[in-house]
Amino acid sequence: MLCQECGKKPATLHFTKIVNGEKNEFHICESCARDKGEMIPGSPNGFSIHSLLSGLLDFERTGPGAIQETMRCEVCGLTYPQFSKLGRFGCSSCYQSFESKLDPLFKRVHGNTVHVGKIPKRSGGVIQTKREIDRLRRELITRIDQEEFEAAAELRDRIRELERKAEGL
Amino acid sequence: MSKRRFAEQPLSDWMKGQGPESEIVISSRIRIARNLRTHPFPMLASSQQSLEVMNQLTEVASSGKLSEQGSFETYKLAELSELERRVLVEKHLISPNLANESRNGAVILSDEESVSIMINEEDHLRIQCLYPGFQIREAWTLASRIDDIFEEEADYAFDERRGFLTSCPTNVGTGIRASVMMHLPALVLTQQINRILSAVTQVGLAVRGMYGEGSESLGNLFQISNQITLGQSEAEIIDNLYSVAQQIIEHEKAARQRLMTESSIRIEDRVLRSYGVLSQARIMDSKEAAQRISDIRLGIDLGMIGGVTSQVMNELMVLMQPGFLQQVFGEPLSPEARDIRRAELIRKQLT
Repeated sequence: MLCQECGKKPATLHFTKIVNGEKNEFHICESCARDKGEMIPGSPNGFSIHSLLSGLLDFERTGPGAIQETMRCEVCGLTYPQFSKLGRFGCSSCYQSFESKLDPLFKRVHGNTVHVGKIPKRSGGVIQTKREIDRLRRELITRIDQEEFEAAAELRDRIRELERKAEGL
Repeated sequence: MSKRRFAEQPLSDWMKGQGPESEIVISSRIRIARNLRTHPFPMLASSQQSLEVMNQLTEVASSGKLSEQGSFETYKLAELSELERRVLVEKHLISPNLANESRNGAVILSDEESVSIMINEEDHLRIQCLYPGFQIREAWTLASRIDDIFEEEADYAFDERRGFLTSCPTNVGTGIRASVMMHLPALVLTQQINRILSAVTQVGLAVRGMYGEGSESLGNLFQISNQITLGQSEAEIIDNLYSVAQQIIEHEKAARQRLMTESSIRIEDRVLRSYGVLSQARIMDSKEAAQRISDIRLGIDLGMIGGVTSQVMNELMVLMQPGFLQQVFGEPLSPEARDIRRAELIRKQLT
């Protein structure tokens, strides 16, 4: 079999790339493999998590309705195409700048989009209270469903108290 | 120049401690990634900006709070020799990335080397805690406490929805990577390892061979870690890893039991053969050494070999790496020379 890239030398590297269920086979020669190094697992240039991510991000970009205008982070200057190539953010503001594109990415990488873990103590007081309120509201609904009105009333008072506290913070 | 503390001993003090399940779980590790809101991530930071980050974060180390957690020493990467950096990588105290690619990188090491805090790696701050044996929860408690100390002084990049913001999207949220390093010779010998490891990857965990390239394992050592950092709490992430690791421990124990009842003479032959080779060989490459050290470690666990301890085996795994060999013999060594020196060093340790 000849290399599918240059069509001149015999293909010595054979691999299959599957992105989102879409399967592609590659048969290429040593020198073309070197040129395309980045995309081939096990090649000297390696196949890093970042190139894997950029595959995911690229898919995003070439999909239907791809955005023509280039998004750019106002703070550090990183553009969305650069982000998708590097697989890394430039600064904490990039998360806001590229916000509209991040849900699908996080969904794919983590299966989730919203943080539920630790909150910084110094700056996180309000968030902690908000989270507690959300939790109590959910509990309130179950109590009402189960017709435990006394417990529900207690929860309602506790929620009001926390809401006042959150406003004060 | 006198040798720095970390370069003198292959085995960090923390590794000399005993932990639960230490026959199978060599060590437990937590790494937390944090960034400052005020500065671009290290990849895009100017030299001036990364210098500011380094100064601000190393300042925390010299303030009183951190010293309550032990005695710490700060090293700037630029002030370390290439060999010293390599030794730190081989002891897993810093990442290859920090050693070779960082600008204004620094590492803050605790006395017993169980805490290593990297500055200007991929993220501004990476806190790593290592414990011997199966103590992943203990490692998290300590790491979280150190995280709190830094948070008091530093303005963290945190977002209500996304959590702690990191350079790489794979770390966002909790910024936590929890891992256990496991020695699984019986699962490898009984050829159950692939089935088990592929099951592990199905529940959101990743497996890496330790010391090996990519996923290839050297010396039957495997590192299991969480992949997901967003949408699960630290406790969930750690519990998940804990219970999966617990099951792997049970499988490994069962496999060892089975080997002992079904083919004990074969195992004994394998173990003692490796012991013979290591105590006599004159040339030893690192791959063969790792495999034979694994055999001997299994032999120790099964009570087939006396006189050597698993601690000596842990020490050899670190000592036999290129950087340490050159450190011990005090000269640059070609790969061929390394194999000869490695054999020499191992012989000395075993007899």
